[in-house]
Amino acid sequence: MSDISLELQAQVTNAIKNNQPLTIKGGGSKSFMGRETDKSLQILDVSGHSGIVNYEPVELILTARAGTPLIEIENALAENNQMLAFEPPHFSNSATLGGTLACNQSGPGRPWYGSIRDHVLGIRLINGTGKHLRFGGQVMKNVAGYDVSRLQAGAMGTLGVITEVSLKILPKPKAQVTLTWELSAADALQKMNRLAGTSKPLTAACWVNGRLYVRLSGAQSAVDATATQWKGNELEQIGSFWMQLREHSLACFDPSLPLWRFSINSAAKLNHIDDHSIIDWGGSQRWFSGHAEKKEMQQLAIKAGGQVSLFSGGDREDVMHEPQSALKALQKNIKKSFDPAGIFNPGRVYKWM
Amino acid sequence: MTNTAPLKDELSCLFREFIQSEYVIDDDETLKPYECDGLSMYTQLPMLVVLPETVEQVQKVLKICHEKQVPVVARGAGTGLAAGAMPHAEGVVLSLAKFNNILSIDPINRSARLQPGVRNLAISEAAKMYGLYYGPDPSSQIACTIGGNVAENSGGVHCLKYGLTVHNLLSVDLLTVEGERITIGSDGLDSCGMDLLALITGSEGLLGIVIEVQVKLLPIPETARVVMAGFGNVQQCGEAVSGIIAKGIIPGGLEMMDSYAISASEDYAKAGYPIDAAALLLCEVDGTKEEVQAHIEEVQALFKSFGATSIRTSQSEEERALLWFGRKAAFPAVGRISPDYYCMDGTIPRSQLAYVLTEMQKMSERYGLKIANVFHAGDGNLHPLILFDANVPGEFEKAEAFGGEILELCVAVGGCITGEHGVGIEKIRQMIVQFSDEELAQFHAIKDAFDPQGTLNPGKGVPTLKRCQEYRVLQSAKERSLGSINESGAHNHV
Repeated sequence: MSDISLELQAQVTNAIKNNQPLTIKGGGSKSFMGRETDKSLQILDVSGHSGIVNYEPVELILTARAGTPLIEIENALAENNQMLAFEPPHFSNSATLGGTLACNQSGPGRPWYGSIRDHVLGIRLINGTGKHLRFGGQVMKNVAGYDVSRLQAGAMGTLGVITEVSLKILPKPKAQVTLTWELSAADALQKMNRLAGTSKPLTAACWVNGRLYVRLSGAQSAVDATATQWKGNELEQIGSFWMQLREHSLACFDPSLPLWRFSINSAAKLNHIDDHSIIDWGGSQRWFSGHAEKKEMQQLAIKAGGQVSLFSGGDREDVMHEPQSALKALQKNIKKSFDPAGIFNPGRVYKWM
Repeated sequence: MTNTAPLKDELSCLFREFIQSEYVIDDDETLKPYECDGLSMYTQLPMLVVLPETVEQVQKVLKICHEKQVPVVARGAGTGLAAGAMPHAEGVVLSLAKFNNILSIDPINRSARLQPGVRNLAISEAAKMYGLYYGPDPSSQIACTIGGNVAENSGGVHCLKYGLTVHNLLSVDLLTVEGERITIGSDGLDSCGMDLLALITGSEGLLGIVIEVQVKLLPIPETARVVMAGFGNVQQCGEAVSGIIAKGIIPGGLEMMDSYAISASEDYAKAGYPIDAAALLLCEVDGTKEEVQAHIEEVQALFKSFGATSIRTSQSEEERALLWFGRKAAFPAVGRISPDYYCMDGTIPRSQLAYVLTEMQKMSERYGLKIANVFHAGDGNLHPLILFDANVPGEFEKAEAFGGEILELCVAVGGCITGEHGVGIEKIRQMIVQFSDEELAQFHAIKDAFDPQGTLNPGKGVPTLKRCQEYRVLQSAKERSLGSINESGAHNHV
């Protein structure tokens, strides 16, 4: 619960001076993501930079230091019947807000509620010249200057040290129901996409182990009426199912195998993979556990209108979808504009950055 | 000023080698309509205007301009309100008006591929047959184009619930300053690595030229109804706005108008607005029939408890349209009662609504210029309309100074200088109020990463550090003479 931004800034300044690259670390809950980097690098520990700075339920806005545990934020919100609508996965109790933004982590409701990047309103960031900067703001709309805040989503700390994040908060839905149907992957994909095209209070849709799960959230009367109309089997204990899906703790996630993540066209077929995958985000996100060549996976993803990454396990040398060459050059330039000396998380996202 | 005539002739000749002659405009008379965008007080004739018809032509134009270091200003429909598309005297205006085709609509995964010159409203019109529409709906949606929407990260009355442009994009095809085509984003909801799509959105044509856009489409709500409430004072009205949010309702739209805007609009639109009210709220609730019914009842009860003097709920689609017509007609209605008006665009925390309104009233008296207020109250986005007469010498300058002071007030109360119109040239001075030199230096570094020669829309969006120094000197002199705007911290940098 303290502000250690001056110490963090001093460490960064020192690292620049000594040309000493840093590994930025919050709660360490997502250290398995991205490329494996040099373990001998000095660690910049942001977890001590913690605490909710400002929370105004009526404004639907919360600002917290980057090292604040998600649990702390979620507890504070729950007291006011509010939530982080992007339902961030935790993967450990130590998960922090800064890491969640840096890794762009969002849960099952993402296609309907938006991702963490959609809820970010502003950030503070220490860049690679050692300056502590503020971008965006604590208001709902702000288009002054380039959107540096959302740019951080997925950059995995390669552009600087996120020290503070302001977020849009949403009220918790009054009622929730989960419906299930036994269906093949192909039929489930079709049904998910069809349901998502209707104006109903749909907030999650996934297919696991021969079963389609659909979550409805909103006013009690709306949820009830839609549930009656859609005629699925109602699932008891709905909270724990979606939580387990989000946390990858459902039995079908095999931690001993490499886990591939496809972010693709919601209606695309992944042929031989679909039947053995977990289909989330109404079809837009697919998880596949198994040994495979990255090149082949990448070709499949491109055909399906999107990208693939090796989310966990396997060979951590090359894990992200390889961008086209012009895009690669551009990302290198942007990296340089934030971090001219290349001290932040080198090689974490791509070997070349 | 440099003599551009030889360069102009050379470029016209070069461009005419691959663009139809009449689409390379070089005579002053035909150039004239391009001298400004929606902020018509800021004008500048460009050296040339080109209207290419193919992507290859655009690429060639960019390549030539890059080689010759000629400024390029991209232009859609020219409806922007911050002079973001105002031409450069020694530059080329690259009009994307000919790229007005909807390339495809995918009703299954609910998306549309568009050329940049497709009008915002045309997307929803085309998607309607599939029960879908495009969310962001800026007031200029009849005319404004999706390319311009991406450039400005446009919002509209429904963005509290459905988001800004940035929340409704899947991918953008960008031409770099050298003319190389890159695709940012995909059919999926995110991409590996840093979020370039967010960086491009709202970058005001400073980082690249948008040549194709893929947007998400949403299912058309089953039903939508509007509750209109009049309030005896602005304070109560502001509290009612917060009250709805606190209740856990996110309205599709939540708009506020002050008494001057109400009466101007009612005179023009005859929507039955309560002309004796000090402030008015329009609250639209959309969704399933059951949800709308439940929320409408809650909203009505809530307005009553906050002291609403009148409440009217739309009973039909026609009535809903009529109530909105009054709001949408507010700008032209004000245009009828004043020779000119100047539309501002700041964002504030909702809790500061009443305070900011009162302060603006004081400024209005000090400047001797009337003001009408129309807000996207749900997300704290103000659109004060400053009334003035451009034919009275010095009055526009007064309006401009008034507007600048409003934006500085927005920053002082924890808000920002632009919610959805962008910075362009108009708000470039206020950028130094919102950002430190170090932050602006980071913006310049980003710009250099895309456009090291600085030929894409130069002079817009981010002030040069040299100009910042000049502004800051002016600023501190002004503050010394006026006293600080707000004791609680005119600048929120620590």
